[in-house]
Amino acid sequence: MKKINTPLTKADAVSLTSGERVLLSGIIYTARDAAHKRLVELVEQKKPLPFPIEGSVIYYVGPTPASPGRVIGSSGPTTSYRMDAYSPTLLDLGQLGMIGKGDRSPEVIRSMIKNKAVYFAAIGGAAALISKHILSAEIVAYEDLGAEAIRKLEIKDMPVVVAIDSRGKSIYDAGPKEYLKSLINLGGF
Amino acid sequence: MRAIKVDDITESVRKLCMDANYVLPCDISDALEQKQRLEPWPLAKDVLGDILKNINISKEDYLPLCQDTGMVCVFLELGQDVHITNGSLEDAINEGVRQGYKDGFLRNSVVKDPLRRINTSDNTPAVIYCRIVDGDYLRITVAPKGFGSENMSRIKMCKPSDGQIGVMDFIVETVSLAGSNPCPPIVVGVGIGGTFDRVALLAKQALLRPIDQRNTDPYYAEMEVALLERINMLGVGPQGFGGKTTALAVNIETFPTHIAGLPVAVNINCHVARHASVVL
Repeated sequence: MKKINTPLTKADAVSLTSGERVLLSGIIYTARDAAHKRLVELVEQKKPLPFPIEGSVIYYVGPTPASPGRVIGSSGPTTSYRMDAYSPTLLDLGQLGMIGKGDRSPEVIRSMIKNKAVYFAAIGGAAALISKHILSAEIVAYEDLGAEAIRKLEIKDMPVVVAIDSRGKSIYDAGPKEYLKSLINLGGF
Repeated sequence: MRAIKVDDITESVRKLCMDANYVLPCDISDALEQKQRLEPWPLAKDVLGDILKNINISKEDYLPLCQDTGMVCVFLELGQDVHITNGSLEDAINEGVRQGYKDGFLRNSVVKDPLRRINTSDNTPAVIYCRIVDGDYLRITVAPKGFGSENMSRIKMCKPSDGQIGVMDFIVETVSLAGSNPCPPIVVGVGIGGTFDRVALLAKQALLRPIDQRNTDPYYAEMEVALLERINMLGVGPQGFGGKTTALAVNIETFPTHIAGLPVAVNINCHVARHASVVL
């Protein structure tokens, strides 16, 4: 399986193809609905963002609290379309990767093509498994948001799938079609 | 008349909140194992394999199955010969949720107001339904509901002339529109009949029935099987990446309705279809 380190370069993003399984390592940042709203407000007010956005990968997650002796609780992806209104603004600023689950809007996909960015899917509901790949977690902004605070995570070999690549090819479109085509070829109908 | 103390209710709800979030009911994990064996599409098989691994890690390492530990739905069957003593039933349930979510390191996912959106910081209040039944027992069922799948649920006031075909088309269309968002493979809870409000409750109650049990009415049992077959021909697959396994089961619950109406509700649950019960 291909291994990719973060922060990403445009060359990294372009090298990935929809449907590929990838192991991600390095630093990523967490943000969901409430944090995205605040980030985009900062951009509108021309204020600095709380983490380096260039080449960054943002993981749409609100983890469960860490029990004693753990760095973080369960940490699976939340549904990405709720971030669609905000993502193009951040991609224009240099964000190159997003991790979530579920399909994205045509506006986000157009912005991904323009900015050569990539959208990874983590397995929704596999939150305990994913937390095993998180080595450290530290709140960097919006502690008042609790689970929705922005966290800096260090990850090691986190399993993801390239859901939409930098050319706009989507597994949510191609995957089901290819599966159904395979049935016809096998005479499954 | 039998007395049940509110403290016992609080303790039960506390424990059920934790149990439901850490251990999946056997019928769901058995179905996932079976579907993983039968899944012909390679990526789909891998994804189902990871979902099964997650269930084991959750159990062994005591980590919640999913980070969305849900809004707590509580279903009560309250015997009419029971007297609740020492306090308020509703307060006792909410206190159980408060303690369970704190002690179980579960996420607080409830906001106090739907538009102003400030977190209540203890995952209360629960959504509570109570049915008065014969007898002197209290059955408490706790079902923490994640909103990735809840958001994909729909309701339609069909016309009686739409009939069984119209109802089935609406159900399949709902699953198709939900696509990758509700974390397939899903469990599809369907309510048919009653009123606008009752049909939604029926759909949610349908999710509480074990998925290896079909409706006791053969007409609806057949409809459940036919719907599952149609849904698994959509090709959505686990996580929407394509494949055979889009749904694990379709459960239908019904209620008599008005001569002018045919309400249908579809409540979708992800593969982390959690619920736990106790009888006091």
